[in-house]
Amino acid sequence: MTAPLIIFFVLAALAIFGAVSLIVQKHPIHSALSLVVVMVALAGLYLLMGAEFVAAVQIIVYGGAIMVLFVFVIMLLNEGEEERTNFSRLATYAGIPLALAVAGFIAAAIARSGGYLPAPAPNGALTSTKTLSMLLFTEFVYPFELTSFLILVAILGAIVLAQRED
Amino acid sequence: MNEFLTHYAFLIVPLIKIAILLFLVLTVDAYLTWLERKVVAHIQARWGPYRVGPHGLLQPVADGLKFIFKEDPMPTGVDKFAYFLAPFLALMLALTSLAVIPFGPQRFTIWGYETHLSIADVNISLLVLFAITALAVYGVVLAGWASNSKYSLLGGLRSSAQMISYELALMLSVVGVLLIAGDFSLRGIVERQAQSGKGLLSWNIFPQIIGFICFFTAAIAETNRVPFDLPEAESELVAGFHTEYASLKFAMFFIAEYTSMITVSCLCTILFFGGWLSPFPVSWTFTQFLPSVLLIPFGLWMIYDGIHYETLFGRLLLPAVGIALLALGGALLAFPAINGYVQGPFWFLAKVFVFLFVYIWMRGTLPRFRYDQLMSFGWKFLLPVSIANVVLTSVAILIWGKH
Repeated sequence: MTAPLIIFFVLAALAIFGAVSLIVQKHPIHSALSLVVVMVALAGLYLLMGAEFVAAVQIIVYGGAIMVLFVFVIMLLNEGEEERTNFSRLATYAGIPLALAVAGFIAAAIARSGGYLPAPAPNGALTSTKTLSMLLFTEFVYPFELTSFLILVAILGAIVLAQRED
Repeated sequence: MNEFLTHYAFLIVPLIKIAILLFLVLTVDAYLTWLERKVVAHIQARWGPYRVGPHGLLQPVADGLKFIFKEDPMPTGVDKFAYFLAPFLALMLALTSLAVIPFGPQRFTIWGYETHLSIADVNISLLVLFAITALAVYGVVLAGWASNSKYSLLGGLRSSAQMISYELALMLSVVGVLLIAGDFSLRGIVERQAQSGKGLLSWNIFPQIIGFICFFTAAIAETNRVPFDLPEAESELVAGFHTEYASLKFAMFFIAEYTSMITVSCLCTILFFGGWLSPFPVSWTFTQFLPSVLLIPFGLWMIYDGIHYETLFGRLLLPAVGIALLALGGALLAFPAINGYVQGPFWFLAKVFVFLFVYIWMRGTLPRFRYDQLMSFGWKFLLPVSIANVVLTSVAILIWGKH
């Protein structure tokens, strides 16, 4: 095994461990922390693929800003441990088959590709910050601006909701 | 043996560099506490630490030993995992952020492995730094939440709110520098400032003065220092998020705070004040003797001061240090090759020291913000000004180009 492959498996295991822990943990803060582990492991995977900018932004935006906000809200509400209920019927009869089906599809797709996923783009092709931003502001400018607009709407909504009625 | 070294140099050399940097940074942290106590004491017309060693110079050693041997009680009802994780996280992230800081211009080759005066020379070092800073808030937040104490929780809440608010301004304020440099690498940003060869005048501080003010203010808030030290406001919250920590765990928060002070000072130096570049034009070659010119009088003064010191230990130690400084200054004069080598690190460390002093100076002078003032200052003043700076810089570059 080569070094990148070993690192890949370590990071992948970390991400899966975090994701499972996110569901299993009883306390909301522990769940949020598990999600941080997933985010950081994903950033490591991006780094392994040569997408340095995306990896750094992943940690800054998801690991830093969004998850800190989650933790902040959980702390503010000072939620205790969640209480377990019996699994809902829907989860048992629809959820498990659906999860198995998705896993099967992914496995089939990987098997069809001959066990080898296409190699990541060589450094500088699509991964450098300059090319990335060029693409973002030329080819993908409409989706990009649309997303910003969506976020703006969300901000306005939050302000309207938070505004006190005098 | 030699073959082994050349084969694994890519692993061994960084490990050695990490060990050296860790030793240096922890020592500097320890003496930063001494400096802070001394400077604040002199601001308030006191003497500061004076008993342990000459001029209290061994006070950090005594403090360190005390931290190690203190009892470490754990309050009841804490969340054990998060309670233990928090100080480690804080310290680890604070120390990691120093890994991408370049301290000097030189490249050198050890055992066939080419390396720089920095641990990792990555081309997105600024983003890496911001990523680590973004994660650093977890140390404080977890400590506040896990301690099962109202004071800690309030400190943690304040801290997370403050760090989220000021991170925006922090990141936006450096966009101006990035626009000028066109590079995310800290090394690239410094090298861009060297291009015109005019010394001081080509630094980023002149076109980016607004950006610098925003950056430094936001960075102080990120490191939870006065006047933004609400998370640990001792008059309201005992000690804020680390109220329930004692012994080594408390020391870890302390070291983390001082290390992030050093990181911020390094960043200010690199982004706005030319990093390791000399403030004088390249043609003024005589300025390369400045390290010796500073070291020799300081050494002489230390010998003079040491001879008249009250205790015998001081009369021995201070002149010894003075003679060592004299020897160092003399060696730099005698060997121009070494002198050329220390120029970069000398200027870098000198600028970093100035920023650390400003940090302590503010601690001694400024009162603390009120919480609502802090929030409205961050959101209604700092953030709009940073955005305006980005727009201004972009327009200026569009009209006049990068020069």
